[in-house]
Amino acid sequence: MKPTATPVRRQLQTPPVEPSQFPHNPGSLLSAEDLSLDGISHLLKRATALENEDPLVRNRLLAKRRVALLFYESSTRTRTSFELAAKGMGADTTLVSSLSSSIEKGESLKDTGLTLRALGAEAIILRHNSSGAPWLLEAVTRLPVLNAGDGMHEHPTQALLDLRTILAHLRPGVEALTAETLAGVTVTIVGDILHSRVARSNMMLLPRLGARVLLCGPRELLPDLAAAAGVGIAIERDFEAALRQSQAVMMLRIQAERLAGLQLDLEEYKAAYQLTGPRLATQAPSALVMHPGPIIRGLELTAGVADGPQSAILEQVRNGVAVRMAVLERALTAPDKQGGRA
Amino acid sequence: MTALVIRGGHLMDPAAGVDAVKDVLLKDGRVAEIAAPGKLKQGNDAESLDATGLVVAPGLVDMHVHLREPGQGYKETIASGTAAAAAGGFTAVAAMPNTFPVNDSPEITRWMQAPERAAAIRVFPIAAATRGSKGEALNDFAALKSAGAVGVSDDGQPILKDAMMRETLAAAARVGLSVIQHAEDTRQTQGSSMNLGPVSFKLGLRGMPPEAESGMVERDIRLVAELRDTRVHLHVAHTSTAAALGAVRQARRNGLRVTCEVTPHHFLLMDEHVGLYNTNAKMNPPLRSAFDRDAMIEGILDGVVDAIATDHAPHAMHEKEVEFENAPNGITGLETALGLCLRWLHKEWKMPIGRVLSLLSAQPAALLGLKGRGTLIVGSLADVVVFDPKAEWTYHAQETRSKSRNTPFDGWTMRGKVRWTISEGRVAHSSPA
Repeated sequence: MKPTATPVRRQLQTPPVEPSQFPHNPGSLLSAEDLSLDGISHLLKRATALENEDPLVRNRLLAKRRVALLFYESSTRTRTSFELAAKGMGADTTLVSSLSSSIEKGESLKDTGLTLRALGAEAIILRHNSSGAPWLLEAVTRLPVLNAGDGMHEHPTQALLDLRTILAHLRPGVEALTAETLAGVTVTIVGDILHSRVARSNMMLLPRLGARVLLCGPRELLPDLAAAAGVGIAIERDFEAALRQSQAVMMLRIQAERLAGLQLDLEEYKAAYQLTGPRLATQAPSALVMHPGPIIRGLELTAGVADGPQSAILEQVRNGVAVRMAVLERALTAPDKQGGRA
Repeated sequence: MTALVIRGGHLMDPAAGVDAVKDVLLKDGRVAEIAAPGKLKQGNDAESLDATGLVVAPGLVDMHVHLREPGQGYKETIASGTAAAAAGGFTAVAAMPNTFPVNDSPEITRWMQAPERAAAIRVFPIAAATRGSKGEALNDFAALKSAGAVGVSDDGQPILKDAMMRETLAAAARVGLSVIQHAEDTRQTQGSSMNLGPVSFKLGLRGMPPEAESGMVERDIRLVAELRDTRVHLHVAHTSTAAALGAVRQARRNGLRVTCEVTPHHFLLMDEHVGLYNTNAKMNPPLRSAFDRDAMIEGILDGVVDAIATDHAPHAMHEKEVEFENAPNGITGLETALGLCLRWLHKEWKMPIGRVLSLLSAQPAALLGLKGRGTLIVGSLADVVVFDPKAEWTYHAQETRSKSRNTPFDGWTMRGKVRWTISEGRVAHSSPA
């Protein structure tokens, strides 16, 4: 007979956590986790196809479809690239921003979403300062909702365009993504991880392709518990040690608007974490330098690095339009028709 | 003179040590006689309820509810909240003072208990400890007590200043009232909407550290110890962290009069149950980690927890259907407490029904000093719940008697169905078998 040990704690059955009901609409992109690897492979393939498509043909793909851009926060890259992507495929777009709409008068997100739906919007692209807002909007409108950044939470299209950038440099020509596609690759994300939705989307996405994600930054901006957010994520506080291991390095802006009273010595920060020419040359001379923007030259990275040969910053921006075209096509095309017309 | 006989039920009165099939005669609002089935000497012509196969127990006592009146009748009224309470088997509830205006006066305390409020069961106000719950000037506890207050608390607005908390504990002790503290160091929780941990990090939400609760409990216990007055009674509301519970345990070992309550949601749910921003899983204190949740279960099973309270906190649908960070804290709980406790504490975790009932009636009644409640010995008030202990049923929030339906337990399986709730001899709720 097996000896039975007395357990230290009682082993008790407790109420299960129910699986998520989201997304309600198959066209939605709320989180990078919503997409399977096959789904991502398909999106990236479509991004390339759409980018290379004859503009006159492309212009008919979503002709006169109605897309609303609902922006509660300012944005240059994301807004413009979504807008150009939609217009490039012939869709009609309308921009509602919190400062020039009834949102200022106290209209709720729910009512704003229902209003846009009543006006004929077939998909809503939402940028919001509160984490989770796209889930609420999708639940109440049941429209395809594309998360263009929610608070400190996620920015899935940024993760997709970052992935496209990384693949182009490190795995050129690879189309069908697997759990090993990025095996052996270390991507370091540096700086204000705590407040960054770009960091969260990337750290949830890249390990699924086999990459190792290193997080680097001071404790105030990178709590220890970040490493527990998912698999394949580790913390390396020594920037130069992290650089030495990296094939790609993502620099992040310090989000002054979200610091909420946190005091930070910027000179100290720069001394430890600024990506400078010498640092890059000595520690990671062939690593890809990325940044989701907006960049603050002279803070998280020097102007020389931003404009230097290792920088992929503007390539990321360009990839944004292609990826967002594919995401919009997915949002507005029935699942059975997707992929059937390349 | 009204009389009612409850026939053939299994009387479970843990405070009196009764656990047997009995007939119970209620007369003039009190328990008049208890006898073996068919052996009652009086009341043979009285109206009777057939409780065969059912449990007859002291009416449940919830020492922590928000009834929203005065001031927020769109969320709940004293009438609707007590109707929900009666449906859940409760015969007495203690109403927190964070109303509009704050209940910091004998006038409001009396207003809440007035017959015009049409309460289905007894409401015992807990008055604000400080003027407007601002933590600056003490209220007149003697006057509040004589108006009917059963405790003092600035629930939701913890008393941060050491000197003010010390004064509150001392002044309440002088008039024989408990101080109920919502333990939260709000300097550590600003802008936070859930528990701090890997889950909050992943969701991009600012988190409340467990230490914000336990640190405040430790501070309060230190103040109780320093006062060296055996009349001082500190009650820790809605305890949610292992560290806070540990501090209470230690304080009791040191002979201090420190007690605590735990809510059903804090012993059943954890931060992962927030899911993708379910605002009906948002409350304060927040749902904690599995570690802390498990500690609440342990604390209940091993007896350090003194009472189960719901922290029933109704909010209108439109208030909860907003961005997670902007949603108000709180969930309803009066209709689900007994069903969840019997389903989990008793059936799943094998706690005897008598002990479950004691946590829901005798113990909170004793903590609040409610005389003649929490037991059914002859002469006590005829506050009774009669329920089918084996019935399993599904809770549907849309059928609630509350004005609000902000519950994470919608669609959950409950065990133990309330058939009758009797408040001081009068049937306050009945439902078919």
